[in-house]
Amino acid sequence: MTGLGAFSQLLEIVMALLLAPLLGGWINQWRAWLQNRSAPGLLQPYRMLHKLFNKESVVAEHASPLFRGAPYIVFGCMALACAIIPTLSTDLPLSPAADAIALVGLFALARVFISLAAMDVGTSFGTLGARREMLIGFLAEPALLMVLFSASLISKSTSLTTIVETLAHRDLAIYPSLALAGVAFTMVSLAENARVPVDNPATHLELTMIHEALILEYSGRHLALLEWAACLKLFAYSCIGLALFFPWGIAEAEAPLALLLAMPVLILKLAIGGALLALLETLSAKMRIFRVPEFLATAFLLAVIGMLVNILLGG
Amino acid sequence: MPPIVTAGGLLAATRWVHLDWVLLVVAAWLLIAVVGVFALRRLTLVARVLFPVGGAGGLALLGIALSALQGSPEVAVLPIGLPQLPFHFRLDSLSAFFLMVIGGISVGVSAFAAGYFRKGEGTPPGLLAFEYHLFLASMVLVVLADDAYAFMVMWETMALSSFFLVTANHRIVEIQRAGYLYLLVAHIGAIGILLCFGVLQANSGDYTFANMRAQQLSPFWASLAFLLALFGFGAKAGILPLHVWLPEAHPAAPSPVSALMSGVMLKTAIYGVLRVLFDLLQTPIWWWGLLLLTVGLATALFGVVFAAVQVDMKRLLAYSSIENIGLLFSGIGLAVLFSAYGMQPMAALALTAVLYHVAGHAFFKSLLFVGTGAVLHATGERNLGKLGGLIRYMPWVAWLMLLGVLASAGLPPFAGFVSEWLLLQSFLFSPGLPSAFLNMLIPVVAALIALIAALAGYTMVKFFGVIFLGQPREERLARAHDASGWERLGMLWLAAGCLVLGLCPVQFIAVIDPVTQLLVGVGMGEAIAAGNWLLVPVAIERASYGPAIFLLGVAASFALAFLLVRLLYHGRLRRAAPWDCGYPWQNARMQDTAEGFGQPIRQIFEPFFRMQRELPSPFDAAPHYRVSVGDHFWHWLYLPLAALVERLARLIGLLQQGRIAVYLLYSFVTLMIVLAVVKQ
Repeated sequence: MTGLGAFSQLLEIVMALLLAPLLGGWINQWRAWLQNRSAPGLLQPYRMLHKLFNKESVVAEHASPLFRGAPYIVFGCMALACAIIPTLSTDLPLSPAADAIALVGLFALARVFISLAAMDVGTSFGTLGARREMLIGFLAEPALLMVLFSASLISKSTSLTTIVETLAHRDLAIYPSLALAGVAFTMVSLAENARVPVDNPATHLELTMIHEALILEYSGRHLALLEWAACLKLFAYSCIGLALFFPWGIAEAEAPLALLLAMPVLILKLAIGGALLALLETLSAKMRIFRVPEFLATAFLLAVIGMLVNILLGG
Repeated sequence: MPPIVTAGGLLAATRWVHLDWVLLVVAAWLLIAVVGVFALRRLTLVARVLFPVGGAGGLALLGIALSALQGSPEVAVLPIGLPQLPFHFRLDSLSAFFLMVIGGISVGVSAFAAGYFRKGEGTPPGLLAFEYHLFLASMVLVVLADDAYAFMVMWETMALSSFFLVTANHRIVEIQRAGYLYLLVAHIGAIGILLCFGVLQANSGDYTFANMRAQQLSPFWASLAFLLALFGFGAKAGILPLHVWLPEAHPAAPSPVSALMSGVMLKTAIYGVLRVLFDLLQTPIWWWGLLLLTVGLATALFGVVFAAVQVDMKRLLAYSSIENIGLLFSGIGLAVLFSAYGMQPMAALALTAVLYHVAGHAFFKSLLFVGTGAVLHATGERNLGKLGGLIRYMPWVAWLMLLGVLASAGLPPFAGFVSEWLLLQSFLFSPGLPSAFLNMLIPVVAALIALIAALAGYTMVKFFGVIFLGQPREERLARAHDASGWERLGMLWLAAGCLVLGLCPVQFIAVIDPVTQLLVGVGMGEAIAAGNWLLVPVAIERASYGPAIFLLGVAASFALAFLLVRLLYHGRLRRAAPWDCGYPWQNARMQDTAEGFGQPIRQIFEPFFRMQRELPSPFDAAPHYRVSVGDHFWHWLYLPLAALVERLARLIGLLQQGRIAVYLLYSFVTLMIVLAVVKQ
């Protein structure tokens, strides 16, 4: 482990933790603009987190320790996910601990814990949310894995850093498999991050809510951690997308100057990506919950076809 | 002066090899079994002495097997059985691996059983101890057998002893039926295995495995032997469509027995497949791999989809076992494919995944089954719809089960994930097979495996959430008591096994390396050992996984978040009633049920099920909603088959007139025909 490697690792984690709420704020701002509303401040998510941390936590009388531990576990999973995805540099000492498959497993671990916690109190909405979350998960998870496999087949590796390095150095040609994977990935990330066609983060509508139903019983610091973890998840997904489809600008080993440049490049890419996400959300309508499996099955099949195309065309 | 030989001196003089020690453990288990027969109704003796001593035997077996894994093959001939037909035993690393699994699981299950069995199970405790230890001993000898005769005798002993264990509560009609079905399928399978050995000895009349290894079979006969082995061992393992006994027998058996059957006995079938395919047949043909892969994946998908809609906790686990067996078969199929094309390192990778999953599944499924036993004893309820909230009354069981659930769901950094990871890795490295058709198949297969793994997560969340979380759905659940000391000890052992397998893949793969060396001639030991705490199957640029670092990362973020929140803000907490959304009449019955949790799966995978719904009309005074989910295979295969057998039996029944004169006529006609034939 080089000193620079350790530094870029630390920088990545700190940047993810600090920048993730900002990304959420940025998207909300764009959504407001596009919908002709006046936007809340860019720093609104930080204020909300600060407010929630200050409040006392109200926990149901019969809630088990699982309920209180889950927010920390989910937060820990998301922090680790942000640490192993190459956002600034591919010289990450923590990255060998988890490859693309383990990354998907990490998201699944977080999902299982938040679903179990939602079932713990035993109100109808919690269990409903848990069921819906697991329903989305069991279709989105393999789809995400297939997207990552498409990239793995090109780079002959499941290590995230190797994938990014290979993709960044390839010729500027369009890979049909990556194009299909890109569409699938967009669909999966919309579903996984509770964005509009699948879930609406802005409402508490019983018939359709998923993410909000899961965290209905949480308050105070637990809720703050979960909201922060949700921001981190969005950040992690954005960074996976950028790393797979726009990998240019990420620093490699022994390149301190590139590391210096990587930060503004990343922020620029995230800013554009966030705005596009807001546009996508504004243009699409929320679909019925029964249609969600179809939506995700489409993503799954697209990703599988992407892999097939890759093998047919020889990479 | 002749030297004075004492018993101690004799013991010291003969060098005991591993095989002798294993046979000693078997003898000890048989002795316990005999003592059990003489102490039929003395529960304290059976529970406090026999089962713990049996568990100690398992621990010894685990130690011997671990040491034997690295050793060279040992053989022994025991002059028991028929004259001129002694039992041949052989202990090589493949046997040692499965002995390790048997030993490791039996420690935990025996400890649990010491606290579990009580009066009123239908069978006296001493008899249970007899059947239980006979079952263990016969599984050990199945794995050791080195000729077809010994193998079949032990295989049948295993089937019979487990049949009596399954029907421990033999006064209940459903359990009788389940036991009968189990026995039937076990014997149909045994015929397949017997015929397979018949083909393998290639008309030489010598049924030792050494002779079978030496025979060179033509592709036709080799394929026939393979198909017979697949049928025979598949019936024991529960592959499609021979799975029907599994979801009936597992719920019927007492929980420690279900744990042994699911954790260990199903694995003896995997042992049989590996032994026949890689040891006795040696030169696999590529389409065998394709067949294994297809059957395995179909079984796995079928198992997990059915598991997701079950409402009986032990049936759910039984279907989950079917899923895992399917995954194991598809892994073996992949290894055969690679091996047939001479890609030995890849075959070693796939086989390592299979062996790892054998061990992992043994531990987590045994843990889950004994856990359901504890729940069953505490509540008297197997139906998920009447459980709930038990984490507050049975914290030990709940938290230990959570480990098993996470391992079973294939989540990092637990046991199930490592094998899944290795299996997916071997799929990803497979582009490079010489056949284009097979290459095209690989992504589809990888996608199916990912889907199956994700569905397993869904099932496990349902399983744990409905039993242990939420509010108790029945009032009497509040009086549920936690597991007893022995039960806790057994569960702790099995949970520890899950943890170790999850966190130390590098060390464990180094231990099982001789097995892949034996089976495909190549090990992964050197490549793996270089990784220390990182599991690196080929090269670090290609793939790596470090569960310990992974866990450390999550735990460190957990601890930091926990401390920083308290340091920067506060740790105040207030308990209050759960938020009722403005509807104060909520009760525990309004929680989502197990049926509700399975409903999306029932809808998405509708063609898988044979569903019968009864919907009430809007004007019913007493509306009823009923839905039953059945298995197509019963209606497509088994019921027609049973009807055919019955019709044949009725035709034969025409002969049976019940009048002496008619029977005399039969004898007369037979005599005439025989005379006519003989005369010519």
